Amino acid sequence: MKRLQNLSLFLAFTALLAAFLVTSPAQAASKNLILATTTSTQDSGLLDVLIPVFEKDSGYFVKTIAVGSGQAMAMGEKGEADVLLVHSPDAEKKFMEKGAGSSRRLVMHNDFVIVGPAGDPAKIRGMKTSAEAFKKIAQSGSIFLSRGDNSGTHAKEKGLWKGAGVSSEGQKWYQQTGLGMGQTLNVAAEKKGYTLTDRATYLALKKNLGLEILVEGDAKLLNIYHVIEVNQAKWPKVNAAGAKSFADFTVSKNAQDIIGKFGVEKFGAPLFFPDAGKKPESLGL
Amino acid sequence: MELILEGFRMAWHLLVTLDKEVLSVTLLSLKVSGLATLISLLVGVVGGTGIALAEFPGKKLLVSVVNTSMGLPPVVVGLFVTIMLWRNGPFGSWEILYTPSAMVIAQTVIASPIVMGISIAAIQNLPPNLRLQILALGASRPQMVWLLVREARLPLLAGIMAGFGGVISEVGASIMVGGNIKGYTRVLTTATVMETGKGNFDTAIALGIILLVLCFVINYLLTMVQQRERPR
Amino acid sequence: MTTRKALLEAHNLVVKRGGTEVLRIPEFDLREHETVALIGPNGTGKSSLMLALAGLLQLAAGEIRYHGDPIILSGDTTAFRRRIAMVFQEPLLFDATVYDNVASGLKLRGISAIETRARVESCLERFRITHLAGRSARRLSGGEAQRTSLARAFATKPEVILLDEPFVSLDPPTRQVLMDDLEQVLRESGTTALIATHDQLEALRLADRMAVMHEGRIVQSGTPAAVMNEPANAFVATFVGMENILTGTIVSAGGGLLSLEVAGKSLEIVGSGAAGERVVLCAHPEHVVVTTIDPDHRTSARNVFSGTVTRIVPLGPVNKVYLDCGFPLVAAVTGQSLAELQLAVGSRIFASFKATSVRLFRKG
Repeated sequence: MKRLQNLSLFLAFTALLAAFLVTSPAQAASKNLILATTTSTQDSGLLDVLIPVFEKDSGYFVKTIAVGSGQAMAMGEKGEADVLLVHSPDAEKKFMEKGAGSSRRLVMHNDFVIVGPAGDPAKIRGMKTSAEAFKKIAQSGSIFLSRGDNSGTHAKEKGLWKGAGVSSEGQKWYQQTGLGMGQTLNVAAEKKGYTLTDRATYLALKKNLGLEILVEGDAKLLNIYHVIEVNQAKWPKVNAAGAKSFADFTVSKNAQDIIGKFGVEKFGAPLFFPDAGKKPESLGL
Repeated sequence: MELILEGFRMAWHLLVTLDKEVLSVTLLSLKVSGLATLISLLVGVVGGTGIALAEFPGKKLLVSVVNTSMGLPPVVVGLFVTIMLWRNGPFGSWEILYTPSAMVIAQTVIASPIVMGISIAAIQNLPPNLRLQILALGASRPQMVWLLVREARLPLLAGIMAGFGGVISEVGASIMVGGNIKGYTRVLTTATVMETGKGNFDTAIALGIILLVLCFVINYLLTMVQQRERPR
Repeated sequence: MTTRKALLEAHNLVVKRGGTEVLRIPEFDLREHETVALIGPNGTGKSSLMLALAGLLQLAAGEIRYHGDPIILSGDTTAFRRRIAMVFQEPLLFDATVYDNVASGLKLRGISAIETRARVESCLERFRITHLAGRSARRLSGGEAQRTSLARAFATKPEVILLDEPFVSLDPPTRQVLMDDLEQVLRESGTTALIATHDQLEALRLADRMAVMHEGRIVQSGTPAAVMNEPANAFVATFVGMENILTGTIVSAGGGLLSLEVAGKSLEIVGSGAAGERVVLCAHPEHVVVTTIDPDHRTSARNVFSGTVTRIVPLGPVNKVYLDCGFPLVAAVTGQSLAELQLAVGSRIFASFKATSVRLFRKG
């Protein structure tokens, strides 16, 4: 009796083991592609639509690793990723200068907005430039939440403070969460403070937030996405063919169409604007 | 408070409708942590029993290394395993980074010292002459080890439960070596972190509740085995 | 008695623990059907010798032989260990029922369920614990647990059984009953047994042969009577209860008698030796006779000493009476005699012993 119990337990375990080995996809190595991108890109949900289309067409299995912008590029520099989809133009330029990437192409953009409490204590609503708004926030000493995590958004934000001629670091009203965009928005809502966010994340959470878009449309608030193929000459193990295939896909008409339509149904407005083939100057950079 | 209630409601809803994504991450959590615990069971119980019964110089040092490793921070383990498995790292040729296999490896590294440390204590806690009595009854060496393990089954099973608990709930290593890839390496814990990061607190709480329920069910089963039919 | 075949032997045995020598046995054997008692104080190496004989201890030198064949300790000793059994001071039962415990040795040997059942039931009966078969081992009294341990050992039908102080942690009544049962089982089964104990009465009851151990060596081996009445040296003498140990010098010898001078008094005993030799004498308290009247009205007569009582210690049926006769003596006096003689501390007495009841050995 006891022996029967032990035997069936043992069989159950081996079955578990077998099931595991059988059901996990045994991917042929060259069909694997590592895409390093940012958490905000993943959180927008765009990749959940775009990637399956690419995978079906090309037969590649894309491993989307969503990390902070800094980590994504570091992965590229070490050859641990095949292709990058990031939005930190300054860092990207340095990346290309180092020769870490073999090709860099414009894919799309979305924009940032400055959100805050409906009461708007700093009175920035409707200002035309982010520089003005930031100066006003600093002057009034209103609470501002920064992601403080070296993400693309954070880099953008730092650039805007610099552009406005304000030193925000260390100021009492300037608080760094070290968290992702969604969480930072929630903290801002709690504290009735201002923050810089990409439109997509804001729209996704708008319903329960209680924050409003106060400043938008400034050219400086554009968030530009590029697709970068990692340089195989530097790192032989990089799947250059796959990287090229993906990069080509992102700028293809098919993908650009998908990008342009994404979010319209759910939010009434597109979250991203396809830009493949355009000159960066045309975006007012 | 509202949020937690909302979380319960969502958890119930996700389970009852057998939401595909939730099922997928739950199943993967079970597979990865289950396999890791199984391997740790072998490594931990066999290794621990061996160490407990043997006498050799440096034994105390080895035991303290094992005991210290019981508290290895999962995220540190994840970092080291990632570095090992990077394409350009020592085991890059295996090409298992960002796969469930890498997660199993990392979780095994986390759970094994826990099971081993508790096993060593469990075996050392048996009466010192018991080993001799078993041999005097005519046991071969393997029979002797089996009988000792059986006599120590209560604390050993507790050790296995501790090992399982440690890995089913860890997220640091899983996120690093797995990459949280949808439908492939996403498990309950990494999904919870992601949803929290997105600000979807209700979903995050729901996943957390599902994880707790899973833990409870597994540990209940193991406890039943541990407390099995002890004669009155 | 024809010499029986030696089953288990130790030759030139040396055992070390932590660098120090704990056992040195040039020769020791256990013969078919005999029960040997291994006695000695705690820490003297009895357990080590038993473990060595069971093949469970590493030897620094020497070998163990079973049926004449040496046991290779570095190899697989399972076959040998399946022919013997060992019972320890603690019952060391498994966390299971009494039945399962008794059956455990049989399970290890892969014996069929039917045969196992028969043997287990028979052993449970022999040790009178049939009613406890389904009880958990954790819920047994000390005596019941040790019975189970014994039943478990005998169930495997060993050729040799080693018992390391099996009754030491039991209360006297339980000990008595268990000894009876063990004695019967040993007799009926003819199993060769080696019992370690520091209780001489236990040894006297159960053993055909006694071996006295001291500091890792066997200092005397023989029938219980021989050891008890003819101790080989002072240590054995003290251990077997010969509390009167005196030193003296031979004054003259002749005709099988020796005249000795002990602490200024003269003594005559049976023995041989040369004048001038220093000797050690011992006598059992039971052989010291105490009277209040000079037995022969001759105070200078042989082996009669006058003295006083210094201490009386009641020990149940007999009393230990400590005397000072110029040298210390201990006598065993019954309660009745004590009352008749009206002995008390300070009483003046005469102590005497027969020439034949003193044991003598050379000093050192």
